[in-house]
Amino acid sequence: MSKVLETKGLTKYFYDPVKFQVLKGIDMTINHGEFVSIVGKSGCGKSTLLYLLSTMDTDYEGQLFINEELITGKSDKELAAIRNEKIGFVFQFHYLLSEYNVLKNVMLPGMKLGKLSNSEIEHNAMEHLKTLDMQEQALKMPNQLSGGQKQRVAIARALINNPLIIMGDEPTGNLDKKNSDLVFDIFKKLTLQEKQTLLIVTHDNDFAARTNRIITMEDGNII
Amino acid sequence: MNFKLIFNIAIHLLKARLKQTIVAAVGVTFGIAMFIALVSFMNGLNDLLDGLMLNRTAHVRLYNEIKPTLKQSIELSEKYKNSTNFISSIKPKDRGKAIYNSQAIINYLKQDNRIIDVAPKINVPVFFNSGTIEISGVINGIDVLPEEKLFKISDYVIEGKVADLIQNNSIIIGKGLADKMLLAVGDMIKVTSAKGNLASLKIVGISQFGIAEYDNTMSYTSLATAQKLLGESTNYVTDIQVKLFDITTAPSVAVEFQNKFEIDAIDYQTANSQFETGSTVRSIISYAVGVVLLIVAGFGIYNILNMMIFEKMDSIAILKATGFSGNDVKWIFVLLALIIGLVGGVFGLIFGFVFSSIIDVIPFETASLPTIKTYPINFNPLFYVIGIVFALLTTIIAGLFPALKASKIDPVEIIRGK
Repeated sequence: MSKVLETKGLTKYFYDPVKFQVLKGIDMTINHGEFVSIVGKSGCGKSTLLYLLSTMDTDYEGQLFINEELITGKSDKELAAIRNEKIGFVFQFHYLLSEYNVLKNVMLPGMKLGKLSNSEIEHNAMEHLKTLDMQEQALKMPNQLSGGQKQRVAIARALINNPLIIMGDEPTGNLDKKNSDLVFDIFKKLTLQEKQTLLIVTHDNDFAARTNRIITMEDGNII
Repeated sequence: MNFKLIFNIAIHLLKARLKQTIVAAVGVTFGIAMFIALVSFMNGLNDLLDGLMLNRTAHVRLYNEIKPTLKQSIELSEKYKNSTNFISSIKPKDRGKAIYNSQAIINYLKQDNRIIDVAPKINVPVFFNSGTIEISGVINGIDVLPEEKLFKISDYVIEGKVADLIQNNSIIIGKGLADKMLLAVGDMIKVTSAKGNLASLKIVGISQFGIAEYDNTMSYTSLATAQKLLGESTNYVTDIQVKLFDITTAPSVAVEFQNKFEIDAIDYQTANSQFETGSTVRSIISYAVGVVLLIVAGFGIYNILNMMIFEKMDSIAILKATGFSGNDVKWIFVLLALIIGLVGGVFGLIFGFVFSSIIDVIPFETASLPTIKTYPINFNPLFYVIGIVFALLTTIIAGLFPALKASKIDPVEIIRGK
C-alpha cells in the first residue's frame, strides 16, 4: 500500500500576538484509499495541520511528503502545480467563483492543468456532476444554488483532475443534517468505488465515527 | 502558463464589475482624447506661427554689417608685431551696404545643391510723401519670381497681383500705409529716398502681414526700380536671402558662407532664437498637461483594481487553492489593467481625432492672419502613437501594484478567516 501523505516532525508557530506553538512535531501517514478524519477541539491545530498538508501554508518546520516526494522547500509555482494536479479541496464555505457557471467552475482546475482538451474536460465535468446528481444545475450560476448543491459542485471540482487526495476543511460544517449525510455518502462512495483517498477535518463526531480512521488532536499533538 | 485561460478569467472578472471597468476605461479615454486634442492643437498653432516666421525669413541672410574692422592696420606692421598695442577711439567702418560682387555670389549659390533658391534684395529707407506730411518707411526691392517662390508674398497681397511689380515704377504698399494716406490700387505715391531722390510710383497692390509695424512701413518694388530710386547700378544688392532644404543646417552653412565670401551671414535660428523658445515652451506645456491627465487616469485604474482585489479576495484564494500560482494571479490583474488601458486608449484616440477635427473646422478669422480661416491642427500620427503607448504604460504601472498585492494574498488567511 503506497503512502499518499507523510509528515515528519511537522512544527508550526504563530507569532501574533505572542509566539505560540500550534503544532508540536506531528508525524503521520495516510495510505492510498484511506478515508481519514481529523477531529479535535476548536484551537487544537487541526485546520492549521490541514493547511500545511495542503501546501498552501509553507511557514513550518519539519518535512512533508506527498506520494513519497519531498514537498518542503519547493517554489510557489511548483506547489501550485502540485495543488492543481494532486490535491482536491472542499471547504466549509463553498468558495465557487461567482463569475462562472457551475460547469465552468468544475472545469477550471482541469483547464489550468491543460492535459486534456476543453471538450474532454467538459465531458468529464458533466460525468462528475451526473454522479453527484447535479447535471440539471450545470449551467446555473453559483448564487442560484442551495448550500448543499454548492458543496456538491465543490466536490465535483475537487475531483476533476483525478487527484491523489481530497482534503476537506469542515465540508459539512455549514450544512443541515440531510445535506451533510448526502455529502458523507458521496465521500463514502468515492472511497469504496474509486479507491479515492480522503482527509477530512471535522468537529462533527458522528461524521468522524463513520470514517475508516480517526486522528484525534489535542494541543498540537496527535493522541 | 496557460495564457488563454488567464485571459478568460480576466475577462470574466471584468464582466462581473462592468460599471467600474467602464468608468476606469472612460478615465483613460478622456485623458488620451484630451492629450491628442491638446497636442494636435498646440502643434498646429506652433506650425502656424513657425510658418508665419519661416515664410518671411530667410534661412541664411548674407549682408554687410556696419562694424569696426577686426584687424587694425597696426597689427599688420612687422615692427609692432610682438608689442601689445592699445588703440583708442575706433570708429566702425562703412564698407557700403552693397554686397561686393553680388552677381557672382548669387550664381555660385544657385549651383549649390543644398539650396532651394536665392533671392537678392535691396533695402531702401524712404519717406512716403502725402502733401507736406512725410511718413518714414522701407521699400524692399525684390526679384519678384524667386521672392515669390521662397516667401510666398502673394499670400499677403490682399489687393492686386505680385506679378505686376515686374512693370517699371510700380509698388505694393502695406495696408496700414494705404489706410493712413487714403490710397488705393491704381493711385500714384510720391517717394523720397534718403539721398533726396524723388520718384512717383504706381500702386499695383496692397499687402497685409498682420503685424502693424510691417503694414505701416513695408512696401515692395522690383530690384530695378529700387536701384533707380537709389541711383545705383544694376548690380547693387544689399541682401542675399537663401533658403535651404534642411533648415537645421542653417547655422553651419551661415558660418561657411561667412568665411567663403567674407561677408556677414546670419542664420534663421540665431535671428529668431526667442521665437524658437516660445515653440518649445508651448510644446512642453501641452505634453505636461497631457501627461498629468493620464496620470490622473492611472490613479483611477489603480483605485478600481485595488477595490476589485478586495472584492475578489475569495476568488483569488480559490484560484490559488486550486492550483493557480501567484504569478498567474498577477498576470490576471495585469491583463485586467491592460484591457482597460487598451480599450480606453483606443477610444481615446478616436475621440481625440474627433475633437481635433471639430477644432479644425471652427472658424478662426483674424485680421492679423489673412490666410487662416479655421483653428490650426497638426494631425501628426506620432501623437497617436505616443498617446496609445502612454495609455498602456500608465495602466500597466497602475495595475502592477494591485497585481503584485493580489499575487501575495495568502489563501489560508482568507479561507480560515470566515
